[in-house]
Amino acid sequence: MGDPINLISQWFNNLLLGWGLGERLVAVLSLFVGAAILVTASLLTVVALIWIERKIAGRLQDRIGPNRAGPFGLFQPFADMIKIFTKEITTPDGADKVAFNIAPVLAIASVLLIWAVIPMAATIVGTDINVGVLYIVAVGSFGIVAILMAGWSSNNKFALLGAFRAVAQMVSYEVPMVLALLVPVLLARSMGINEIVHAQGTWFIVIAPLTALIFLITSMAEVGRAPFDLIEAESEIVAGFHIEYSGMAFGMFYVSEFLHVWTIGALIATLFLGGWRGPGAETWPILGLFYFYIKTFIGYFVITWIRLSLPRVRIDQLLSFNWKFLTPLTLVILIVTAIADKLLVLAGVERWFYVLVMLAANILIAWGTVLVLKALEPKRARARQEFPPRPVAVAPKPSEN
Amino acid sequence: MISLSWYLIFAAALFSLGLYGVLSRKNAIAILMGVELMLNAVNINLVAFWRYGNLAMITGQVFAVIVFAVAAAEVAVGLALVISLYRRRSSVVADEINLMKW
Amino acid sequence: MSGFDIIFLGIAAVTLAAAFMVVTTHNLVHGALWLVLTLFGVAATFVLLNAAFLAVVQVVVYIGAIAILMIFAIMLTRKVMKDSGPQTNANWVVAALLGAVLFVGLAYLLGNSSAATMALPEMAANMDPVVQLGEVLVSPNAYVLPFELASVLLLAALIGSIAVAWKK
Repeated sequence: MGDPINLISQWFNNLLLGWGLGERLVAVLSLFVGAAILVTASLLTVVALIWIERKIAGRLQDRIGPNRAGPFGLFQPFADMIKIFTKEITTPDGADKVAFNIAPVLAIASVLLIWAVIPMAATIVGTDINVGVLYIVAVGSFGIVAILMAGWSSNNKFALLGAFRAVAQMVSYEVPMVLALLVPVLLARSMGINEIVHAQGTWFIVIAPLTALIFLITSMAEVGRAPFDLIEAESEIVAGFHIEYSGMAFGMFYVSEFLHVWTIGALIATLFLGGWRGPGAETWPILGLFYFYIKTFIGYFVITWIRLSLPRVRIDQLLSFNWKFLTPLTLVILIVTAIADKLLVLAGVERWFYVLVMLAANILIAWGTVLVLKALEPKRARARQEFPPRPVAVAPKPSEN
Repeated sequence: MISLSWYLIFAAALFSLGLYGVLSRKNAIAILMGVELMLNAVNINLVAFWRYGNLAMITGQVFAVIVFAVAAAEVAVGLALVISLYRRRSSVVADEINLMKW
Repeated sequence: MSGFDIIFLGIAAVTLAAAFMVVTTHNLVHGALWLVLTLFGVAATFVLLNAAFLAVVQVVVYIGAIAILMIFAIMLTRKVMKDSGPQTNANWVVAALLGAVLFVGLAYLLGNSSAATMALPEMAANMDPVVQLGEVLVSPNAYVLPFELASVLLLAALIGSIAVAWKK
């Protein structure tokens, strides 16, 4: 009784078999229907997310948020949707029509494809491939191509510049993201996401907290969420690569961004917070689904919280933060984790000792990083002292006579 | 039933198209795109031979991984050269880069 | 004709059509986008050959890095947004003939070779090419030397491309 999704799928299979269709055709059809249901569920989640995000944003900014459209503003997403549906989809003059229209579709597709490999309960997973972690990175690169297509086909210099900056940001932050993703793969001895969830007797956020933090930061940069939201900074380059999009085409970019943040929450929950694991999740899969949604919401809330608290970073600060700080740090973490893991496994220690040593190693690396940063601080402070601030307008001295 | 020769003929077709692209295009970047097609055809060949041959000998896949690395290095340096060329001569047409011809 | 055959023929047809568009299109950015489709078709072929790891690495390296580099280079090396004039040089006829002769010759040879009757060997259920690949790439009696040399090559390419494109 705790496994409703498999019950429904078996009923559907039997129904189709009863209609006289072949075995393999039924299997393929039920796969298609499952994929359609997954896509629809993800897109419907965005409707709820719009309301949740705006309410959280309102409360964190000391205001109420939407409260006009329906009780507690619950119909606000529907009002937004009606507005977007009824707007005209304009194509700029001289734009490349095919690329212009395919770009939003590719952007959404690249996010929806990630949901195919995330296990949402003990028995619910789209497909269990053994290279799931790398598949997620690969699918993210489709989104990058979509942004380039959008920026270039708009026949607009600002869109192109915005697209260049967006792609530079996303491609740069892929490097520490992949390196950070290698740590759960190392700890679980497999690239398949199902295996990673099964290997989390103790959640990986306890064994590798720095890696979880780095994955959080780089994923926020991949999506384009503040403080890395230079991609669509309204005060700087208007809307970046999607300036020329209006109506449903813009709606697709909008939906893909919200869904991407929810997907990042789901990935953090799966890779670091134990996925669907929890008390009683193996016997009643529906409980696993419930735990998964709570953990995803925690990840989503943390990302939104950070977004509403920090100012935007400049493009040069962004890139130097990535290449001069995150990449060496992630490399050091990876090497230390690999060596510690190998030595501890060779020594054959108990599980609690292993967790403790890994946690201590992470704390040591964090402390070492802070020390290194402090040691490099005097150079910058000295530079500031050579030019003491001078008042520009000096009051005239009182005259003698 | 798909025999090995289907994959090899598919790779041969891709290779021939890449060859046509390299030999007949003016723009230097279009020539690089043809080279990429040829490298992909070689990769398909290598992996098909691994799959249809001795599955325990993973040499085919290792070779394909090394080809990935080499292709990435070649494209990076090639495009850097093309961009540097564009800055000097304002043109990326391969026929016009002829200052060193006798 | 099993379902597998139809899938392979479909993927091959799409890839070859996209490759044809890459080498014949006038608009270079369109050519780069067709190249993305071709590379994706090659990744799908790898999936058919049970090389899932290579398929994913193909998408990450080729589409996520090389194709994007090419699109950047195309956009940075033009004075106007549109291409103008024919994109083929003077010896395109000879090139087409050469390509056609090569393909016909290879297809004939391959069709009459022993490869035409080679059947697909069964893959054991517990065999994991990813684990095998990982072990073989770092094992001293296997391919650790080419692996390390490839890393040095990538480092050299990294430094070289920065040095070449450095703005003085």
